[in-house]
Amino acid sequence: MYHKEKSIQMKSSASALYNNLSVLRIAPRSLTYFTVVHANMVNMVSASWDGLNYSHRQLQSKEANVATSSSLIMQAAWCVLPSRDILVLTSQKGIQMYESDGSIMVYWHALDTPETQTAQAVFARGIAAVREKYICVGISSGSMLVFDVPIKGSNITLSEVLEEHKESITDLASECSGSQECIADMVSADDSGNLCVWKSGEDFQLLNKIPGFQMSCSSVKLWKGTVVAGYGTGQIRLYEAVTGIVHAEVNAHARWIYSLDIAPFSGLLLSAAEDSLVRVWHLTMTPETNSVEIVHMYNECVTDTQICGAKFCDGDGYAFAVTGYDLSEIIRYTQV
Amino acid sequence: MSSRTLPLLFINLGGEMLYILDQRLRAQNIPTDKAKKVMNDIITTMFNKTFLEELFKPQELYSKKTLRTVFDRLAHASIMRLNQASMDKLYDLMTMAFKYQVLLCPRAKDILLVSFNHMDAIKVFVKDTPSILSQVNETYRQLIEMYTPLSSGEFQLIRQTLLIFFQDMHIRVSIFLKDKVQNSNGRFVLPISGPVPHGTHVPGLIRMFSCNGEEVKRLQFRNGGNYTSVLGEGSFEMFGERVIKLGTNMYSVSRPVETHMSRTSKNSAQQQSINTAPNPLAKEELNMLARLMGGMEVQKPGNADSGFRVNLFATDEEEEEALISRPDEFSYDVIKIQATKNQQANAELVKIMGDFTEEAGELCPSSASSKGDDLLAMMDGL
Repeated sequence: MYHKEKSIQMKSSASALYNNLSVLRIAPRSLTYFTVVHANMVNMVSASWDGLNYSHRQLQSKEANVATSSSLIMQAAWCVLPSRDILVLTSQKGIQMYESDGSIMVYWHALDTPETQTAQAVFARGIAAVREKYICVGISSGSMLVFDVPIKGSNITLSEVLEEHKESITDLASECSGSQECIADMVSADDSGNLCVWKSGEDFQLLNKIPGFQMSCSSVKLWKGTVVAGYGTGQIRLYEAVTGIVHAEVNAHARWIYSLDIAPFSGLLLSAAEDSLVRVWHLTMTPETNSVEIVHMYNECVTDTQICGAKFCDGDGYAFAVTGYDLSEIIRYTQV
Repeated sequence: MSSRTLPLLFINLGGEMLYILDQRLRAQNIPTDKAKKVMNDIITTMFNKTFLEELFKPQELYSKKTLRTVFDRLAHASIMRLNQASMDKLYDLMTMAFKYQVLLCPRAKDILLVSFNHMDAIKVFVKDTPSILSQVNETYRQLIEMYTPLSSGEFQLIRQTLLIFFQDMHIRVSIFLKDKVQNSNGRFVLPISGPVPHGTHVPGLIRMFSCNGEEVKRLQFRNGGNYTSVLGEGSFEMFGERVIKLGTNMYSVSRPVETHMSRTSKNSAQQQSINTAPNPLAKEELNMLARLMGGMEVQKPGNADSGFRVNLFATDEEEEEALISRPDEFSYDVIKIQATKNQQANAELVKIMGDFTEEAGELCPSSASSKGDDLLAMMDGL
């Protein structure tokens, strides 16, 4: 179904972090941006569609105006809003937001770090753009920060703090089908596998809480009102977001799942885990019977690699890219 | 990231160090009493109460430099000497072995079982010395207390923190290459076969449900691997069958401890930058380390006969050659504690050493022979 393309070389290797690949497709410029986290740095590569031009940039995590401080980055992801794309970096110290090409930092939010080190780690992780104007970020305490983002400029403000999870946030996802009909706008996941389903607004509203089973949910997606969740046990589960009804349970991987992605136009699902495997599935919705079906389409083994990021490069799932721990390349596959 | 990583890093690396030193002591036919003394001295120092108290406090991982310095001191805690090249090689082997164990752990929580494997072996090394054995047992209790309540997500964070520490290390180890667990490019083999971890099902089944929870359809898919069902779960108590083999001693007199140094590509050489960027906390780290080291004095050989040198290579010539030909990007910067000009740190150090002298026992900074007496006195008092 897919074959391997030429890999993109990076300046440094990928760290073993959940969802460690973000892809931004810029059609007007025939470019795709990729970001991959390496410890306290983010590798940004822009690749032209003709495969001829690559340019690299590296961003360091740092507080605004403080030259020397640095901390480990947990995640980097693009938030696509109607008028702008923002690159968000979450680290042990706080949250940085950049204009899409990484050239200008437009916002910095510092986390409350205690004076003396506590046993509980402090960091931000989990990034999602919600509806037209919000960027949500998760925190290790279980809180979530909702930022209000203006059409342009740096007047980004903290709009709300959502306190529902008790364990560290692992991943956030917003409804990606593009449909305005879906009631649920966002889903959040945490280290005990609990999922919260939200409706956005001036005050975010909790629509549903889907209990976990003491196993971390490391990656989550929301598509056409269906939550797709990947767990540390290697299982994928599909739930109806607002009711919590289980549609399907898949014994998908032999190790911890690190990344999920959905191609919204085709319903293709990508899953990747520490077991070296990337799998492609297909989701079909049958609204009449309120059922969701999942079938397995394809396997790709990335030999001797613990995969930490896998994303489709386009909305149809024609191509996808993969990163792995200790690997200094972004491996790409396209449909035959 | 995780502030609970350091104890596991230290104990597992220390365990690997002991396996390697034990093998070299036997391979070089060092007399049993001397060999035993070396092992006992190192283990005593490793499980020093004050040091472990500091280690178990919530904190970020030490830098690579600092950790290497700790192990330098540990390796020299007895009458044994190691040349620079041998120390470098020892550290390479230790770190690659633990990196391998962390990567291959089926579940993140299994890192604790790997630690217990190391601890179990250390217990055997000191089974004839009750005082040290009790220190080791106390450490078991601390490990159990600190780690068994942690969730899967917290263990995964520890694992991720360790993997960042080991990132981009691809030193080839002879024993790994021979056993085909490492490729010639230095990367470990990750099999897509074998038993699945505890709590995971063999991949291949899709179950679909109706709205009222009834299973309506089952599909099977090819998982592309050759997985078998889970083995039993290892014991997380002080004693018990650990099930996981990672962390057990893979060396024996007949299996040599070689590494291959190869010029790495330009790409990976640049990754060293994470360690060389100016670190404003370096001074803090050094002070902390100095305070800890104050309790671990270096054993000076009382006379030429009691001290001896251990070589990690087959011959002295090989050792010399290894030192000269070691590529720059693999050089370890060892912090020279003694050279610090920081008056306050030195004063602190002296004070701490003074404190330890008041307490009876093994931390008295004295000559080799009276250290032996102190140990005896302590044992008599038990």
